[in-house]
Amino acid sequence: MQKSWWKILSLLLLIYTIVGGLLMDVPRLFILNESIRNLYFHVCMWFGMMILFIVSFVYSIKYLRGFNLRNDIFAHNFAAVGTFFGILGYSTGAIWANYTWITDQSQSLGSVLKEPKLIGAAIALLIYGAYFVLRGSFTDIDKRARISAVYNIFAFAMLFPSIWIIPRLVGSLHPGAPGSDSGNPALNFKDIDSRLRMVFYPAVIGWTLLGTWIATLKIRLQLIKDKTLINE
Amino acid sequence: MTRRIFALLKKDVLLEFRQQHTFYGILLYIAATIFVLYLSIEKPDANVWNGLFWVIQLFICVNAVAKSFLQESRGRMLYFYSITSPVEFIIAKILYNMALMIFMSGISLLLFFIFLGNPVADSPRFVGIVLLGGASISIVFTLMSAIAAKANQNAALIAILGFPVILPLLLLLMRLSKAAFAEIFREGAVLQLAGLIAGLDVLVIAMAIVLFPYLWKD
Repeated sequence: MQKSWWKILSLLLLIYTIVGGLLMDVPRLFILNESIRNLYFHVCMWFGMMILFIVSFVYSIKYLRGFNLRNDIFAHNFAAVGTFFGILGYSTGAIWANYTWITDQSQSLGSVLKEPKLIGAAIALLIYGAYFVLRGSFTDIDKRARISAVYNIFAFAMLFPSIWIIPRLVGSLHPGAPGSDSGNPALNFKDIDSRLRMVFYPAVIGWTLLGTWIATLKIRLQLIKDKTLINE
Repeated sequence: MTRRIFALLKKDVLLEFRQQHTFYGILLYIAATIFVLYLSIEKPDANVWNGLFWVIQLFICVNAVAKSFLQESRGRMLYFYSITSPVEFIIAKILYNMALMIFMSGISLLLFFIFLGNPVADSPRFVGIVLLGGASISIVFTLMSAIAAKANQNAALIAILGFPVILPLLLLLMRLSKAAFAEIFREGAVLQLAGLIAGLDVLVIAMAIVLFPYLWKD
């Protein structure tokens, strides 16, 4: 866990993302204009969130296989950082929508945000909110680890339809809706200009690595706190 | 295995007959909520009707299914632990709750028709959707009830855990029930949606069977 090359890589990629993302040339699109640069931040948050949730899900399964408390600490902290990324993704998206989706002055942000994709994202955050509430309701550490692992696995399974299936069924303003030709609910990969790709892919890797870094720091702290409980 | 599931099912039904207060309690709950709706809004339009109906189903389910694990005392669970396997136990619970919830959904649909009018264009189809919906909601809440029962018998926790998880299912159901409200769907879309909900149910049942063994040992 103390290996440092990927932390340096994350830092370099993020410096590149911020500098390149704000200075390099981007395609001028109708309505979007320069706000397309938010792609490097908003979309990457969701990528990061999903990857962190998958990692948390895997550690929950690992916990149930061996009942090693270490895995529970991993699952909990990856879920926590994933939720944090989700909140960031939601707020960057809301700011973006505020400038691109509202077409006339009488529309409020609230009416625009009632989108299938945003509902799916909100459900995801609510599910993990419930996960933390559940964790908080136990006093017995082993019981907490076991029951919350079960809920984490179940919640992740239910998360899938809300993020990946329902948005495909209904039209929306968000890119990648059934109206546009790609079925991907997040964005249309064929649409991305090569100039955007230059920054977008490094940005995804950079932000995900940063998320992992934050999570590992939290995990290491927790491992030290619970040193007496975990027998290696 | 089927014999033991049947025995567990019979035990639940017998318990329901002997402790009728819970059963009538839920019936009273349904009648009272729908009567309050009737007093506050007469003849809501189709959209409001649909929304209200599914929200009421959700609350009925929380009340009806919640007790399925909370009523089992620690000692009784220990007894079940010694005589049956977790898979049989959870299947029996799911079947029982499904039957209970389908019955309650039927009653509440009847009361909705009586008190709040009938804006449904295709009633038989809507009845089918309600049966499917009632069964789906009850399966999810059975597992949530099993989880909440482990957390210090906390009944409020069921709502906190269950509502975010049930939302995708409820969205699909509300969308599907628009088919009965004379909304035109793309050809095959109704079956596709119904199939999706049924598929989700199968997924939830599979998850329950896989995960419940971890839940029930203390």
